[in-house]
Amino acid sequence: MQQVSPPNSPRARKRKLASHDPAPSRLKYRIERLKLTPGFRFATRVLLPCALGFGAVSLWFAAEENRNAFNQMIVDMRETVESRPEFQVKLMAVDGASAGVAEQIRAALPIDFPVSSFDLDLGKMHETVVNMHAVKTAQIRVREGNILQIQIEERVPAVLRRGDRGLELLDDTGALVGPAQTRSDHVMLPVIAGDGAHDAVPEALELYKVTGPLRSRLRGFERMGARRWDVVLDQGQRIMLPEDNAVRAFERTIAMDQAIQMLSRDLIVVDLRLPQRPTIRMGSDATEALWAAKQE
Amino acid sequence: MIELYESQRAMRNMRKAAMQRGVVAILDVGSSKIACLVLRFDGSDPADDGIGSLAGQSGFRVIGAATTRSRGVKFGEISSMGETERAIRTAVQAAQKMAGIRVDHVIVCFSGAGPRSYGLAGQVDVMGVTVDEQDVARVLSSCDVPDFGFGREVLHAQPVNFALDHRSGLDDPRGQIGNELACDMHMLTVDAQAIQNIAHCVKRCDLELAGLASSAYAAGVSALVEDEQELGAACIDMGGGSTGVSIFMKKHMIFADSVRMGGDHVTSDISMGLQVPTATAERIKTFYGGVVATGMDDREMIETGGETGDWEHDRRTVSRAELIGIMRPRVEEILEEVRGCLDAAGFDHLPSQQIVLTGGASQIPGLDGLASRILGHQVRLGRPLRVHGLPQAATGPGFAGAVGLSLFAAHPQDEWWDFEIPVDKYPARSFKRAVQWFRDNW
Repeated sequence: MQQVSPPNSPRARKRKLASHDPAPSRLKYRIERLKLTPGFRFATRVLLPCALGFGAVSLWFAAEENRNAFNQMIVDMRETVESRPEFQVKLMAVDGASAGVAEQIRAALPIDFPVSSFDLDLGKMHETVVNMHAVKTAQIRVREGNILQIQIEERVPAVLRRGDRGLELLDDTGALVGPAQTRSDHVMLPVIAGDGAHDAVPEALELYKVTGPLRSRLRGFERMGARRWDVVLDQGQRIMLPEDNAVRAFERTIAMDQAIQMLSRDLIVVDLRLPQRPTIRMGSDATEALWAAKQE
Repeated sequence: MIELYESQRAMRNMRKAAMQRGVVAILDVGSSKIACLVLRFDGSDPADDGIGSLAGQSGFRVIGAATTRSRGVKFGEISSMGETERAIRTAVQAAQKMAGIRVDHVIVCFSGAGPRSYGLAGQVDVMGVTVDEQDVARVLSSCDVPDFGFGREVLHAQPVNFALDHRSGLDDPRGQIGNELACDMHMLTVDAQAIQNIAHCVKRCDLELAGLASSAYAAGVSALVEDEQELGAACIDMGGGSTGVSIFMKKHMIFADSVRMGGDHVTSDISMGLQVPTATAERIKTFYGGVVATGMDDREMIETGGETGDWEHDRRTVSRAELIGIMRPRVEEILEEVRGCLDAAGFDHLPSQQIVLTGGASQIPGLDGLASRILGHQVRLGRPLRVHGLPQAATGPGFAGAVGLSLFAAHPQDEWWDFEIPVDKYPARSFKRAVQWFRDNW
């Protein structure tokens, strides 16, 4: 048998010593101490990984084509999601609107279906719809079943206004509903006229409510000086109402008419602008008759 | 004397820096093992007056502990620098790995280096009406320092007693009215060579030396309970290579010495007597050792083992009685030497004769009985105090020195160099001296 390494060779002795001695070498000891230094630990555990990650990402993004590819990837991904059938809106449903208004709305919102619900700007569409005259309120949402649901509350025409632009329909707040063709299309609606008539529509409606027996003779209400109402009757008669308590004054006129058939006589104007002192202007025949009676 | 204490003052500053940092290592360089504890100071310094919670140990916590077999240390002194340095490195690395934090400051204790105790006395007239710091400084510097010889260095110099006129036993004479201030001081000198060797080893491990202590003193701090320290007791720290003796009185160490024999000598006796390797001898000693033989021990046979290949040699057995017969004379010899030290110190004149045995070699069964026959009746076995976070493995009597050093690190006793320097010892152009002149004359 051959002895590979004599037992007393320096290497063998060193190995034996090393196996006995667990002491770390000076370098190992120093490295170990460095690793245990708090600042160094923080640097290696937090700063270094952060710096490496940040550096790698910025290095990758430094190249133009990488940046473009990344942006393209984001766009593609977004498109893939948006074009999924779950998000496709197939048709529009307009509820609560008359046929004409619905037609208007469809014309105002030119959407070619199917379209992704991400591409619909509901806020803008809502604004467009609400800005239409005939629409009071609107709710727009994408309903399940992928239907663009437009819930409309239409303005209800309450009065007709005769102005520079011809006949117009107003609702009970005075907001414009739309043009009217002829008076005879809207027989049941009162007519108003004059400056600022649309601002006092509620008062006009109240006056119209108490018209009662005079309704057959009523031609309309005229706003005088954007301040007070005149009730215009046929045969050129006119009732001038005060600014305040116009309805009371009008009721008194009707009461007087019922008591003494005042309005069926020959007078042109009943002036109630001073409510304590009703004044009448008689027609020319009556005036002459009065004069003749006085001269007798 | 001033220049002599410069290094001690530097170490004190280092210790303060370590306390500020909150982490300090304790290194017990012994002949059989090197223990390293890493302490964390949590900053809650217990109250200055009184003891504070947990007997004043609440200020720190042990967060790392490691021991390694000592190499290159004999009789408590370094005999081989490289080996010792590597051993220290092993212990420190393991301890700081356990602690998870790097330590830069280390407080070291060692047992050997021929400690010698001196009792010093000084006396001065009080300059003002009341005693102030300068009077204390002057009385300390007036102590007549004996000629302790060339190549020795002062390890401890603790004022143990102040006397003002006829009143003695003062702890703190400052602010008291009197004419004549006297003090007693205990000074411990060791071989300067040993200190330099240890300092060099510590420096080679990239550590800063923040304090030095005698392990006899450290063991006494941890193994003696409070009333024993107060009434007077001797602590015998039976280590591997040397046995330290320290006598405490009124909570001050008043004497320290060491006997250059310890557990390793018992092992080598067994090794020689039974013709077995040292490692086997150590194993036999720890498993079967004792100092009082009984009839049962004759029948208990111990296999010594061996790997020579010779069947007759490897299958030897020895009875436990034989083992005890080998160990007992050596242990008796150690205790006789200790008795000699205590007699030389005048221990039998102290009011209390309590003796506490601690250290790794004090775990021999029956040692207390033997010791009480040689040293006196009041003998007990001591274990170190319990401190926060100390692992179970480090609570044995072998760690009395390390634990005592932890307590010493947390609450060091005032030494000479902790007091003010008397003004006339300052250099002539010192600013402090000018300030003192103004204070005295205006």
